[in-house]
Amino acid sequence: MTIFLHEMKLGTKMLIIWSVAVGAIIMACMAVFPDIKEQAEEISNAFAMMGAFTSAFGMDKIIMTEPLGYYGLDCAAVLAFGGGLFAAFISARMLSKEEAEHTAEYLLTHPVRRVDIIAGKLLAVFAQIIIFNLFCTLCAIVSFAAIGETVMGKAFWLFQLAQVIMHLEIACICFGASAVLKRGGVGFGLGLATFLYFMNLVANISDKWEALRYITPYAYADPSSILPAVAIEGTYLVVGLIYALVALAFAFFWYSRKGIAQ
Amino acid sequence: MCGMFEVGLSIMAEELTPSARASAASAPAIETSKLTKYYGKARGIIDVDLKVEQGDIYGFIGPNGAGKSTFIRVLLGLIAPTSGAAAILGLDCEKQTKSILAQIGYMPSEAMFYHGMRVKELLRFSARLRKQDCSAEAVLLCERLDLDQNRKVNELSMGNRRKVGIVCALQHRPALYILDEPTSGLDPLIQKEFFNLLLERHEQGATILLSSHVLSEVQRYCRNAAVIREGRIIAAGTVEELSSSAARRVRIQGISELPGLAGIKNLSAHADGVDFLYQGDVHALVAALADRDYSDLFIEEPDIEEVFLHFYEAADGSAAAGSAAAESSADGSAAAGIDTLELSEDGEEVQL
Repeated sequence: MTIFLHEMKLGTKMLIIWSVAVGAIIMACMAVFPDIKEQAEEISNAFAMMGAFTSAFGMDKIIMTEPLGYYGLDCAAVLAFGGGLFAAFISARMLSKEEAEHTAEYLLTHPVRRVDIIAGKLLAVFAQIIIFNLFCTLCAIVSFAAIGETVMGKAFWLFQLAQVIMHLEIACICFGASAVLKRGGVGFGLGLATFLYFMNLVANISDKWEALRYITPYAYADPSSILPAVAIEGTYLVVGLIYALVALAFAFFWYSRKGIAQ
Repeated sequence: MCGMFEVGLSIMAEELTPSARASAASAPAIETSKLTKYYGKARGIIDVDLKVEQGDIYGFIGPNGAGKSTFIRVLLGLIAPTSGAAAILGLDCEKQTKSILAQIGYMPSEAMFYHGMRVKELLRFSARLRKQDCSAEAVLLCERLDLDQNRKVNELSMGNRRKVGIVCALQHRPALYILDEPTSGLDPLIQKEFFNLLLERHEQGATILLSSHVLSEVQRYCRNAAVIREGRIIAAGTVEELSSSAARRVRIQGISELPGLAGIKNLSAHADGVDFLYQGDVHALVAALADRDYSDLFIEEPDIEEVFLHFYEAADGSAAAGSAAAESSADGSAAAGIDTLELSEDGEEVQL
């Protein structure tokens, strides 16, 4: 618990900055929805004629002029991608920062088992991601209310849940990497999150790249899959959870045996 | 507030059987057997045999890069040894790390702390990790070391950061203190107060391992000591024995010829006088100089590398393998004193 609280305190500033930034963009995006709705026909046609981009962002499967469709495509893309970056940012240096900042010798010479340190840090990552998503969801709800729309259906909540799970999976993979890396964890994490995001876009464009959906967690969190079906694609989700668990098992195994020599 | 150093033992008692506790009470504070650590192919420490009895103040001397910090990190479970064994208070350093760390106050050679935290917060964090409330002791220590608890650690000078390291190591009153180059960066007044604190803890029964490259510091405060060079223990015994055989740097101005004395090494003559390392009775040196017409005489402690040069000198001019069994005991007798010193592999480096 001491490690968890310590990490929560150290991460407070970053959590506030990322939550407010992504939350504000979501609200700003939703604020322009009434204008979009007014030009419904023109916009639908425009989005339908963007070729590969139309399918990359799933615009052929979602009705842009419906509040939830617009939210999923425009606003929640910020939540999905921004949240992925935030998850990678905090987790990719969670373990490695102790060595990079030369605090490992201080922390690891206290009577605390390494596994307890790993668990405390992991819980702090999970807690920050959940708080970030709760805040962003609150921003979405407020922004829906502000424009006089009510779309609090099952599709919305499933979509929000998928975002949290996707962010947690990215965090777990980056957390595993932080057990090995000494420096450069943030670069790796942000690069990985971006790569996974674009991997899903590629899978959406061409059926030849369908298999990429088994790699990227953005596949099961894709609004064009969740919103029309009102369901999360179970296969991709299970595969994603397996990646997360393998990464966590690796983090515990590796870091509890790692030699700390500064 | 923290109790006495027995607090550490009481924590350990929660996790150990009565028989294990009894053996811990009588076990040496530190005992290593052929402890070896390689970083890939790079040398860390080689075949280190060291025994520090409970209640001792033990000096661990060696130049930078000799393996002092590697040895300490293996003891603390930060790194696993390549081979050999290490035990603290009878507990295995690899398998019982948590119980060991509960009884240790460790001060690293480079004290780095979390950015943005205040001294007070950092000390409280350290105490919480030990599941203790050490606030009263922390206040006392900060007052004695003249450390402001409200300052942010990243704004502190190096000396003040060292003080934070000292308080972290002392505030929970452990049974064993492992201090890695503790005085570097501290001003002389604070150094004195720091050693006063250590001596008080020692009087209360604590054991202290003081790693240092400052010979005079070890001479003043330690009872027993070991010398490490290039990863191997090359000498161990009582400080008295080590000191009496240690070399001194001598500069004599106004003469060009030396008296015929044994124990003179690294002689260099210059326009003003002569300069050499002397290992032998200082009285004999002064007596031999009595009828010489010299203008000035300086007898100084040489660099740590020079102090123990004579330990590297092979008796037969060739390298000798192995390391000395380095043992000390609480009654001050040296199980393996200067007489049993073995020679390092690079005895041929000595230039006479």
